[in-house]
Amino acid sequence: MSSPKIGPIKVSPLPSQVVKDDEPILVASAKAGEISAFETLVGRYESKIYRLTLNITQNREDAEDAMQEAFLKAFEHLGEFEGNSRFYTWLVRIAVNQALMKLRKRRPNVVSLDEQVDTGEELVQRDVQDWGPSPEDRYGQTELGGILSSAIAELDPPFRIVFQLRDIEELSTEETAEALKLSVPAVKSRLLRARLKLRQKLDKFFSRSENS
Amino acid sequence: MKCKTIIVELANYLDEELDPSLRAEIEQHLNKCQDCRLIVDTTKKTIQIFCNSEPAPLPEDTRRRLHEALQKRLHRVRT
Repeated sequence: MSSPKIGPIKVSPLPSQVVKDDEPILVASAKAGEISAFETLVGRYESKIYRLTLNITQNREDAEDAMQEAFLKAFEHLGEFEGNSRFYTWLVRIAVNQALMKLRKRRPNVVSLDEQVDTGEELVQRDVQDWGPSPEDRYGQTELGGILSSAIAELDPPFRIVFQLRDIEELSTEETAEALKLSVPAVKSRLLRARLKLRQKLDKFFSRSENS
Repeated sequence: MKCKTIIVELANYLDEELDPSLRAEIEQHLNKCQDCRLIVDTTKKTIQIFCNSEPAPLPEDTRRRLHEALQKRLHRVRT
């Protein structure tokens, strides 16, 4: 029996994820000292940056501090942004550094991003269930948000942070490696394990056998 | 090809970072092995669901404190 082919991931960006045409103009104006231009950029990205710092720190107070410090640092260092990447990617890197500092301060003995990991083979059970075409549609937005937040919170920091940067913020493997001071193979092994762990966690919500 | 190879190469396969011959071998395996096909498919959906999820709006108090801190610092930098 022939089976449908599984193609490569083609994720259509949501409108909010598309770089707006005016971003270079806003960045240039902010660089020239126009505060309102910078505030527009902050308004555009504040929710995403807060989700990022909250997912890394898993602590609301730390997440808020890290977000504030990230935006303030971004403004102070805007002159160093050369436009070789998206402004958002540059901002994400600053926010990751701030969030990691908070996380390490709170959990100094727990957070090591460069520990060895093995493959995720044991994370794959057999007798796998189909999820159907749009499993997320079975849940309301708030409920789905809760499911995703809990699933990512249960990952250990090295996996959580790599997944956050690579698959949520859509940094490249190389950008993720650079931001976390990891090798490319280390990012790839963590990403594989994170994706398999999250797949396993979501399976209990999305598996058709559980919901039929 | 063994199912174990599919798991080891899963991230590279989904990210299109495999050479064409290995990719073809994997696809051949996926056409025959339902478990592997479902693992690939549900892992791909996992990524899509996270990637497409919108962040919750910033809590109002958090937003107010952020903008107050920005106002204070930005105007100090400017003057």
